[in-house]
Amino acid sequence: MTRILPAALLALSLTLPALTPALAVQPEEVLPDPALESRARAISQELRCLVCQNQSIDDSNAPLARDLRVLVRDRLQAGDSDAKVMEYVTDRYGDYVLLRPPFKATTLVLWIGPFAVLLLGAIGTFLFLRGRRGVTAGTDTAPLSADERRRLDALLRKDD
Amino acid sequence: MIPELGHYALVLALFVALVQSVPPLVGAATRNGAWMNVAVPAAIAQMLLVLVAYAALTWAHVVSDFSVLNVVQNSHSAKPMLYKVSGVWGNHEGSMMLWIVMLTVFGAAVAMFGRNLPPTLKARVLAVQGLIGVGFLLFILITSNPFIRVVPAPIDGNDLNPLLQDPGLAFHPPFLYAGYVGFSMAFSFAVAALIEGRVDPAWARWVRPWTLAAWSTLTMGIAMGSWWAYYELGWGGWWYWDPVENASFMPWLAGTALLHSAIVVEKRDALKSWTILLSIVTFSLSLMGTFLVRSGILTSVHAFAVDPKRGVFILVLLAIATGGSLLLYSLRAPSLKAGGLFAPISREGALVMNNLLLSTATATVFIGTLYPLFLDILNLGKVSVGAPFFNATFIPVAIPMIVAMVVGPFLSWKRADLWAALSRLWIAGVAVVVAVAITAYVKAGGGPLLALVGIALAAWAFVGSLVEFADRIALFRTSFRNSWHRAVHLPRSAWGMTIAHACVGLSILGMTGTSAWQTESITAMKPGDQTTVAGYEFRFDSIGLVDGPNFKAERGVFTVTKDGRSIATLTPERRSYSTTRMTTTESAIHTTVFSDLYVALGDPTQNGTAWIVRIYHHPLVPWIWIGGAGMMLGGLVSLTDRRFRIGAPERRRTAGKSAPLPAE
Repeated sequence: MTRILPAALLALSLTLPALTPALAVQPEEVLPDPALESRARAISQELRCLVCQNQSIDDSNAPLARDLRVLVRDRLQAGDSDAKVMEYVTDRYGDYVLLRPPFKATTLVLWIGPFAVLLLGAIGTFLFLRGRRGVTAGTDTAPLSADERRRLDALLRKDD
Repeated sequence: MIPELGHYALVLALFVALVQSVPPLVGAATRNGAWMNVAVPAAIAQMLLVLVAYAALTWAHVVSDFSVLNVVQNSHSAKPMLYKVSGVWGNHEGSMMLWIVMLTVFGAAVAMFGRNLPPTLKARVLAVQGLIGVGFLLFILITSNPFIRVVPAPIDGNDLNPLLQDPGLAFHPPFLYAGYVGFSMAFSFAVAALIEGRVDPAWARWVRPWTLAAWSTLTMGIAMGSWWAYYELGWGGWWYWDPVENASFMPWLAGTALLHSAIVVEKRDALKSWTILLSIVTFSLSLMGTFLVRSGILTSVHAFAVDPKRGVFILVLLAIATGGSLLLYSLRAPSLKAGGLFAPISREGALVMNNLLLSTATATVFIGTLYPLFLDILNLGKVSVGAPFFNATFIPVAIPMIVAMVVGPFLSWKRADLWAALSRLWIAGVAVVVAVAITAYVKAGGGPLLALVGIALAAWAFVGSLVEFADRIALFRTSFRNSWHRAVHLPRSAWGMTIAHACVGLSILGMTGTSAWQTESITAMKPGDQTTVAGYEFRFDSIGLVDGPNFKAERGVFTVTKDGRSIATLTPERRSYSTTRMTTTESAIHTTVFSDLYVALGDPTQNGTAWIVRIYHHPLVPWIWIGGAGMMLGGLVSLTDRRFRIGAPERRRTAGKSAPLPAE
């Protein structure tokens, strides 16, 4: 239960007990091999600290997050691939631990949603643009009607 | 006595807000000038009353009146004066007071400076603004009253959360709220226009300054929040995709879309119905952000279910405002006449594309933020949505957006030649290639592919925007004098656009640099120890105790050298606040503009002889906020465009004759 978030001051009264700065990874956890350590960091950023509010284990100083970080590093040192480590963790903690939720029935809306919005928007835009395309060669846009012109002039005069 | 005065003023403000809403609406419908005119003095009176209430609360905080519950919970007699004042808005009740202050200031500004508005439109705008005021004043008085007394009064207060006792955070909320609440103006104008049944270019010209002002302050508010997170949280992260951040990011994205679509209404009388819808959506997202952070639903769905009073109240407000305005929209929008025609490849077409992508981006953030809550409330399971999800879905939408942002301004209204536009951008294309080549060379392979894409986008956005400006003033195609003359006489809105668009490039540069190439060292260090990060030698010289007004701190002294040259002395602190029993890290940062050296002092090790020291090298990171500040500046420069000032259109018409410029 750790860090407060940028705009979190909006939430002050609500997150008060939960605030301490995020000083997560401890020196003794860091692996001697930099390549392995950077893999460990990348994996940690994908895993949720289960007792925290929306933090990865890489950001959290909760004891459980620490245990998971050590676990990830142990598996990596044992020679597991990144995918194997992820599998090992999800086997024990479930999909909830993944900050990038897997594609399944309950996350369908999540993953398809943005693309559906884009697709529908694109179709809508296409139809709209087709309707707006009155400008064919030679003809210009519809001029203001006399009434519109009068209204515009009236409005402009009112500005003074 | 003074808190009661504030309480009384707040109750009065509620009734004045009712007077500001009902008679003007009736008056506008029946063309009764006297009834309509009530709105103007009412809006000013409401602002004055709310200011009196706010001043009363501030007074209670400043003199540490611990008979007021709000002061007890959030202040302490030893707290520095700056944080006594900023602490007023650093809590739930006070922040809602700030919300309503902003709302009434915007309302009064329309009342005072909106002399050129048609009387019925003005009456209706102020009436809608008054109705929003009624809702939020009721919310404060019923669920979040800051003037409640406590008997017996305690001797001292609980102090403000130390993380908030920071100058950067002290001024973050006023900016953020000015932005949030500023979009209420666009909303009020949209609803008023729907009641009137009339949307025309003049309407867009009135709405745009308010939207620009709101957008600029919101940009600044978000940038300040991100900067604060960077230096205060102790490891240099600047964006977390946390729901609280997303709550402010969604109105920003929608507001950005609104800013652009309103241009089309103003210049070409098209996209009217869509712009009205965006105005409604943008403010609704602001309200939803308020709901998300104020209801406590993010902390825990269950905590929310146990004490839902505040959350439900805001939810009802949200339902009335959004539902009511969308209903009105569905009734009236079909009767809005579609305006100017244009070909798909045109300035209008580019702005439609901008709106499509920005709306998709908004929807992406919306789904990612709300879907997990939705599942949880319906007991359909729990799902985690974090930064990796948003990076995977948001970035693919953002990339084409940035690419198109540069091309759009080259396209002419109505019908344009895309190839001609692109060929004028060849310098930007060269810049992209050069930037990517340099990056790949310097960084030996360039790091992740996404980093190269980021550098390419940054170069494209920055150079492309400048090329557009150069093109406009015909730089190198005519004499320098002539170009200068053109630049000086270019509309301020053109200047604003160039500044804002170029600064988007700078921000992307910063984001890319620090995400891809930051280096760090986490070690236990004793005074005298030395460590090297990114070629810089950090020596831990000493550590000592310092006394602050309401905290004690350990302060480390680090000397930074590079190749024997002294670079900086950094003094990070670890503060313990006695009242709240919390520790904060005050990281020490040395910036060279091209990178930051960042030292944070952590806990002592178990035997107490060494300290955990985190040292980071963040390349290019300052540009994130330089870009953010520049975007705000672009908005403000645009705001000074003379056509937004009173009487501008006619004067501009005559002035326009002497300047040999294509009308923007």
